[in-house]
Amino acid sequence: MEVLLALASGILYAAGVYLMLRRRLAQLIIGLGLLSNGTNLLIFTAGGLTRANPPVVPEGAVVLVQPYADPVPQALVLTAIVIGFGLLAFSLVLAHRVHATVGTDDVDEIGREP
Amino acid sequence: MLPILVPLGTAAVLMLAPKRPAPQRWISLAGSFLLLASALLVFVRVNDAGVQVLQIGGWPAPFGITIVADLLAAMLVVAVGIVGLAVAGVSFAGVDPRREAFGYHPLIQILMMGVAGAFLTGDLFNLYVWFEVMLVASFVLMALHRTRAQVEAAYKYVTINLIASSIFLTALGLLYGATGTLNMADLARVWPTISSPGVDTVLAVLFLIAFSIKAGLFPLFFWLPASYHTPPAAVGAAFAGLLTKVGVYALIRVFTLLFHGAPPALFMLLLGMSTATMVIGLVAALNERDFRRVLSFNLIGHIGYTTASLSLMTPAALAGAIFYVLHHIVVITNLFLVSGVLLRLRRTTDISGLGGIYRDQPVFAMLAMVPIFSLAGVPPLSGFLGKLAILEGAFAARAYWVGGLVLVVGLLTLLSMGRTWADSFWGPAAEPAYFAAPGMPLLAAIALLSVLTLAMTIGAQPLFELTSRTAEQLLHREDYVRAVLGATR
Repeated sequence: MEVLLALASGILYAAGVYLMLRRRLAQLIIGLGLLSNGTNLLIFTAGGLTRANPPVVPEGAVVLVQPYADPVPQALVLTAIVIGFGLLAFSLVLAHRVHATVGTDDVDEIGREP
Repeated sequence: MLPILVPLGTAAVLMLAPKRPAPQRWISLAGSFLLLASALLVFVRVNDAGVQVLQIGGWPAPFGITIVADLLAAMLVVAVGIVGLAVAGVSFAGVDPRREAFGYHPLIQILMMGVAGAFLTGDLFNLYVWFEVMLVASFVLMALHRTRAQVEAAYKYVTINLIASSIFLTALGLLYGATGTLNMADLARVWPTISSPGVDTVLAVLFLIAFSIKAGLFPLFFWLPASYHTPPAAVGAAFAGLLTKVGVYALIRVFTLLFHGAPPALFMLLLGMSTATMVIGLVAALNERDFRRVLSFNLIGHIGYTTASLSLMTPAALAGAIFYVLHHIVVITNLFLVSGVLLRLRRTTDISGLGGIYRDQPVFAMLAMVPIFSLAGVPPLSGFLGKLAILEGAFAARAYWVGGLVLVVGLLTLLSMGRTWADSFWGPAAEPAYFAAPGMPLLAAIALLSVLTLAMTIGAQPLFELTSRTAEQLLHREDYVRAVLGATR
């Protein structure tokens, strides 16, 4: 499972970087999204995977029963997803603004004086 | 905790308050005063009683989020308060109405909150969150405009910062996987026991890259001169004064707390990057003819000073670096405000369009002289003292070539700032000259910061003793760890 997730996160990174190197703003933003999702997956995998053992204290017990899933990476990923979502929304608006102002979504064209 | 809550409260009040300029400006100014007061309060307590710690929600240290104020954090938060006050004061000189209607004042407050939070947090993931708070506020401030240059700058700035954040987050994920904690004090304790050389180096380099992008170190600084000169002067001043310093602060923090035992090659890498930053930043500054772009490249070059000192990791060098950071925050903020006045006076910041300012506006010229010559390192101003401290640190650490480079780059700075001063203030006025009043609030803010620079010059001895104590505190990690984790460990 770890290998699979590591591969998935690697592919997401690679695809994200590839898209960010393209010239279109839309692809840049999709690349950013993929990159942040790859990061989320990486946090999740690096934090250690556990199957079907939620970190909930069972009835009658006082402490958690081993093995249990570490709740911290889940909290981290949740925070990162929310932040990433907000930033993605912002960069979409910014791209729209760029397009409205400059009239192109070609990254090379934007810097060029008209 | 107070320095975080105050700007949050101010921002909330500002959003609810009437959208007319006058009340917004007064609330913003009052909030900035409160922020400065609370920062001073924290500083006095840290200075008297040592590291102050707050466990949020009452969760004991490695589990909850910790807010820690040691001397370094407290001093920098005071600097945030000062910059915040200056920026809020400047808004009285008039902000573009569109900007003001779209929440300029609350955004400035949120920016201050993000920066203060980043300085005060004791948890690496929380540091990431504060980075994002600060970045989102700066993104919006940057993108509030619609001219071609500003839009272009904004999207470059946003993209590079999002990449830096991704790298930072990746490093955090791997760090958690390797150690099982993200509390800085706990990490400092756990780190030596479990780190293997490979993981150590990979993580250190990831953090180095992420924070270097924020701080604007070579070869990762190209976004900075491409963006900092486009927003209005007050925003540029807040960005230049604070945002790169957060990167420097983060570098200081992780390198003193975590990676102090990292392989020497890593410190050589940081040193190489820093010295290259110094040289390239200043050479590029000499090549620029726009006042604000000159400032941007000077900003980059001088960031190199502080990180070069950090990479030597001796108390003297570190003390010099901290002194220089404080001096630089005040001076560079001031200079961006000066560029705002120049823009008002001549409707341009291109140096060829300036000139004759000294004759028209002698008071302003005298005020502007302080930060310009302080940045240039003319004795006896604070820039000279800061460079001297860094130089002594470098020589004491037997890094003679670093000392030599500091001297050469100091000369380049003198050349760059001296030429800028001579051309834009002394030189003949460009025809046709455009004349306008500089605006009292701007002058007041510049005067405040100039007086502060002079105060740092006169009070250099106590200030330097303070930064030396700060450096000692940074290098004695046990105190920090004990303060956060309690006596039980």
